[in-house]
Amino acid sequence: MEPIGWIEIITRLLAQLTPVLITLAALLAISFLFKRKLGLYGKLYDSWIGIIGFTLVMFWVFTGLFGAFDLIMTHDPLSIPGDQIEARRLQNALPGTPFTANSGEYPYYLLGGDHQGRDVFSRMVDGAWTVILIAPCATLFAFMAGIILGLPAGYYGGRLDTVLTFLANLVLSFPVILLFYLLVTPEITDSALPRVMAGILFLFPIIFLIILLNSRFYTQPTKRNILLAVTVLFGGWIYLGTAWNADPLGVIVFPANILIVFVAVVFVNSPTVFRIVRGLTFDIKTRDYVAAAQTRGEGNWYIMLWEILPNVRGPLIVDFCLRIGYTTILLGTLGFFGLGLSPESSNWGATISAGSDLLRRAAHPAVVPALALLTLVLGLNMLADGLREESLKD
Amino acid sequence: MILFILRRIGVMILTAICLTMIVFSLTNLRPNLEKIARTEAGSRITDEQVDTWLEARGYLEPMPLRYGQWLGVVPGWTTTAEDGTVSGYCNPAGTAPEDAVRYCGIIQGDWGYSRSSREEVLDVLVRRLEATGVLMFWVLVVMIPSALIIGILAGMREGSRTDRTLSTASIAATATPEYVSAVLFIALFASSSYGLSPVLREWGLIDRSIFLSGSARSAYSQGPTLMNFTLPVLTMALYGMGYIARMTRASMAEVMTSQYIRTARLKGLNFRAIVVKHALRNALIAPFTVIMLQIPWLLTGVVIVETIFSYPGFGATLVDAASNNDIELLMGISVIAVLVVLTTQLISDVGYVLLNPRIRIS
Repeated sequence: MEPIGWIEIITRLLAQLTPVLITLAALLAISFLFKRKLGLYGKLYDSWIGIIGFTLVMFWVFTGLFGAFDLIMTHDPLSIPGDQIEARRLQNALPGTPFTANSGEYPYYLLGGDHQGRDVFSRMVDGAWTVILIAPCATLFAFMAGIILGLPAGYYGGRLDTVLTFLANLVLSFPVILLFYLLVTPEITDSALPRVMAGILFLFPIIFLIILLNSRFYTQPTKRNILLAVTVLFGGWIYLGTAWNADPLGVIVFPANILIVFVAVVFVNSPTVFRIVRGLTFDIKTRDYVAAAQTRGEGNWYIMLWEILPNVRGPLIVDFCLRIGYTTILLGTLGFFGLGLSPESSNWGATISAGSDLLRRAAHPAVVPALALLTLVLGLNMLADGLREESLKD
Repeated sequence: MILFILRRIGVMILTAICLTMIVFSLTNLRPNLEKIARTEAGSRITDEQVDTWLEARGYLEPMPLRYGQWLGVVPGWTTTAEDGTVSGYCNPAGTAPEDAVRYCGIIQGDWGYSRSSREEVLDVLVRRLEATGVLMFWVLVVMIPSALIIGILAGMREGSRTDRTLSTASIAATATPEYVSAVLFIALFASSSYGLSPVLREWGLIDRSIFLSGSARSAYSQGPTLMNFTLPVLTMALYGMGYIARMTRASMAEVMTSQYIRTARLKGLNFRAIVVKHALRNALIAPFTVIMLQIPWLLTGVVIVETIFSYPGFGATLVDAASNNDIELLMGISVIAVLVVLTTQLISDVGYVLLNPRIRIS
């Protein structure tokens, strides 16, 4: 069989990505039609930067999602072709090289082969899933921790603020790369440290939800008790499963090497969120509606979580988008240095690193994941920019 | 002011002590020590031999005590041999008792001995820092002026086409981490078989096989040239440039809407004079802080760029030291890194106060 040209490669790529493109088009069309009823999200469709950013982000979200359901990948992203001669032929093979090892499989390597003869396109799709899964979750956890510590620090001030700010600055003064190199090593992964750190960091979302619900429904004890019971049971189950790998039902499994990556990323991000929330709270707490709530005799946590927090959501949402992008970059950095995630896995950082060693022979094994990471982070940054512009217009 | 600086320095020292203590305890965790024993004394030694090996080299003393020894506030451990000579933390084996030194920590100026490169830590660090200093110098020379110019041009007329284009470019720059831009640059410029180099050679614009070199090793041995240093410098400058440019733009845009600029325009001054004489001074205060705070962030970039372009500087040393768990070298590296972070923070705070007379320290 002959290698195929660029036009056919692109046509075949689009055909392979059909489910993604259809879903994306449907989402954009529906949102555009109802944009006046969708609040801040709808306003996003008024700025070009916002639309482009959102499209890029959702493209990768859907690619990762459908990739996880095995709707897009043409080959197995992890296994090397069994046949030795075939494997050698496919090493660093150019995009469009025919694949003939197994007759049942897709007949081409659309974006070529990597240094071990694996399909670059499938690895890119598989790597998207890792990022889509870890980056938003880690950012969310960092936000929970940052908010739950930043609100009281800004609201009460005083000694609590001094201590917490010192700790946050301590973590921020730590060079990120050094921390990663010290924390994300096989020796530390095997020790109890990641579990202990996860045990502390993963508590914050549960505490956050408990305080949130308790302060809101304090006057309706029955409703509050039910909600709290559900939170504690459900949250506790996930907490045990993720942080301590001790899920009583055995459903949640969280391998230690991914856990330490997750913990490291949350740990690096939360002090910045803390500083942002603290600064915003300082500003907001002098407003009249806060004074009104205090005069009404509302509890402090109610004021923080239900009066102050909703009013600082604008900057926080913008920062959330930016921070997912930054987390993606951090995950790539970890993968690039072979820390944490297994070097054989298809995360973009590791793939870029493997490809960059052989850049003089072939560009595509490194360039494809590099462009993937670039477009995802670019999308997130543009989305944040669009959101900032639209939220400032109010 | 003096009091403010003194208090800041106090907090700085406390932070530095806490951070080095964290690094020390992470590098001295039991599994890490066992790894050292096995690499130094052979991988087949039994667990008891590991213990005796570690015991003999003082690795098993309590952690705070050992940190104190490294710092130089606790006397180093010593063992006296049968013939009366002593050996220990500060003294090589066979030192006569009267020559023995009691304290040898970082306070006394003794940075320790690097296991992996078999050299004094200070010698390694000075040499590598010099190399990185050259790289950083060129990065800053490229990054700061171009970032400021982009930011000023964009913020000068907010919402104009120039602003849109430059802002999007800066967003794109902040979305390109060093390992991505390095790969793209090398693919574009530094390969003899694809990218721009074959095209340029065909047109007769270059007579060598590649346009720019994808390795900076020769920059270390023979000094930097345009050929071997352009790509590493560009790679590092790009990521930080976007951020500084955006901050400059925001600050410039804010200044341009202020009352005194409007007064100047109503007076009939031409636009160029307004920007250069009136707006720039105030618009450059915020970027100053951002630039200072950006310098520590360059450390990650240094590590990545030096790895990809095989330039043996400070970042490459960090990678080597961490992968060999070279404790004393790692401690030296973290001291330098933490000092850089804290000094730039201090300079940015003090500079901000000096540049902006509206801020008073109470």
